[in-house]
Amino acid sequence: MKKLSARRRHPLAALVVLLFALVASGGLYAAFAPAEKAQADSSAQSLAIDEGKRLFAVGCSSCHGLNGQGTTMGPSLVGVGSAAVDFQVGTGRMPAQQPGAQVPRKQPIYSQPEIDQLAAFVASLGPGPVTPTKDQYTATETDAIAKGGELFRTNCSQCHNFAGAGGALTQGKYAPSLENVDPKHIYEAMQTGPQNMPSFPDSTMPEKQKQEIVAFVRYQANEAPNPGGLSLGSLGPVTEGLFGWIFGLGVLIAIAIWVAAHTTKAKKS
Amino acid sequence: MSQDMSDDKLPQAHGAGEGHGDVAAADNPFADPGLPPHEPRRTDIDERAAKRAERQVSLLFIVSMLATVGFIASYVAIDPSKIVYVFPLGHINALNFALGMTLGVALFCIGAGAVHWARTLMSDVEIADDRHAIEADDDVRADVIQKFKTGAAESGFGRRKMIRNTLIGSMALVPLSGVVLLRDLGPLPEEKLDVTGWKEATPTNPIRLINMNTNLPMKAEDIGVGSLTFAKPGPSALRPGGLQESDEDFQEAIATDALMLVRLQPTDIKDPQSAALGFEGVLAYSKICTHVGCPISLYEQQTHHALCPCHQSTFDLSDGARVIFGPAGHPLPQLKITTDASGYLIATQDFTLPVGPSFWERNA
Repeated sequence: MKKLSARRRHPLAALVVLLFALVASGGLYAAFAPAEKAQADSSAQSLAIDEGKRLFAVGCSSCHGLNGQGTTMGPSLVGVGSAAVDFQVGTGRMPAQQPGAQVPRKQPIYSQPEIDQLAAFVASLGPGPVTPTKDQYTATETDAIAKGGELFRTNCSQCHNFAGAGGALTQGKYAPSLENVDPKHIYEAMQTGPQNMPSFPDSTMPEKQKQEIVAFVRYQANEAPNPGGLSLGSLGPVTEGLFGWIFGLGVLIAIAIWVAAHTTKAKKS
Repeated sequence: MSQDMSDDKLPQAHGAGEGHGDVAAADNPFADPGLPPHEPRRTDIDERAAKRAERQVSLLFIVSMLATVGFIASYVAIDPSKIVYVFPLGHINALNFALGMTLGVALFCIGAGAVHWARTLMSDVEIADDRHAIEADDDVRADVIQKFKTGAAESGFGRRKMIRNTLIGSMALVPLSGVVLLRDLGPLPEEKLDVTGWKEATPTNPIRLINMNTNLPMKAEDIGVGSLTFAKPGPSALRPGGLQESDEDFQEAIATDALMLVRLQPTDIKDPQSAALGFEGVLAYSKICTHVGCPISLYEQQTHHALCPCHQSTFDLSDGARVIFGPAGHPLPQLKITTDASGYLIATQDFTLPVGPSFWERNA
């Protein structure tokens, strides 16, 4: 350091500093600039949009309109973003089989590459939430599950039940169980608010909190120990009471009948 | 006397039903057949069978004792956080399982032993015990009535009217002391039921709305159409730090101050009064149900209905939170909100209606 500062007034010092600055800015530019590869990406992107448009025309346009503008049968898809498509098609909810109070989850009809193409087309209609990457929905901190549990109880448990088992809403609508839902789809649902679920955008629930909720839901579904055993679907006191009254009392009554039916008399009649 | 009369009215019963059934008269098909002949049990006639039953009962009681010892041993020995897999219960806390099983076996064996004892060894000879009238006989009744009359006359209760009346008066007044003590049930609620933590908000000293998730103030553009956000009051004169979960009275305060923030397309809002209380379609409703005060937040963003999980009261948030189903008697109170110079959502006054369940002195 001393050597360096001693030579700061050397005639060539300015030249050396200039050289360093040029190398640094050039390097930074090379690192961040949209290179030729990015252009190749964008052509792949427009290919995907074209493919997606073709798939959309066949599978979706009868309800959502040829340009996704919406019809009386289905809402406009302008501005719903690729995340909404990835959720709706990826969980099999779309394409819907029939109108009803709520479109149920089913086996997905499209493959993931097809879903990505559809998503690319719908995303091209207007800006909206983007399909999250794995980094976005995977929590890294060790206390994520605990924090996620708190957030889940504040924001989600009123509809999805304290253990994510789901619950009923009005007129045939319901909050589905979260047990076997892909982490990506949980994240997308919070981002986009599918069907009657309200959305929880990043402006009111930052990405990190969504990660924590995803971590909690996965923990609850997979690893969370159940100290009592036999959760009975985690549906709360109604199922537990029903089980106690029907099975518990039923077994006791059966034992009483069995005892009374067997005589102790020496001469069996 | 009455017994005599009833006997007179039932001449048929005489003679026919005397004793047990084997002497039932052929002319009375409803005669008491009496008890069947007594059949001995194996344990009554075979001493070895009796001994075996005795051993079985004792064995059950001994198993119960061992199970109790096991209960205590499991309580001492098993690590409370240990999880084991037990078919068909799944993964279960080992201590819970051991305690439940041992206590269950201990209680069951006492019961099973008692039942087995009663069935095999205690006497099972059938006994008939005739019913008899409950009332005492005439002599006893006359004696008691006579004694009561003598006592009443000697006390002078009927004759000395002043004593009688003052006694009645004193007895009637004593319970009043208990009624007065009811005042000690607590301080009067005063205005507590009518106001919330937002009461400090004035146009000059507004209170910011704080996001429950981030603990930060929000701008109107943060609240997207179709989103749901929960909010609490920010710093005010009374609470310079804003309402925080670490506050001692947090639960009490959030039970009245909690807000549910939704944003509707302004064209979807049917009630112009409600639209005016909001800010560009952002509406701030109380999160507390007006029925019995459950936190209500089952929000359906397409129908704009909010549903209470306790008794299914449903409120239409696009129509001033009108009750459209269920037992709630009032719409959800709405907080008037606007934005300050920096664009943050603020409240400039308290709720105009009392939050939560109705009460006697409710004005509106």
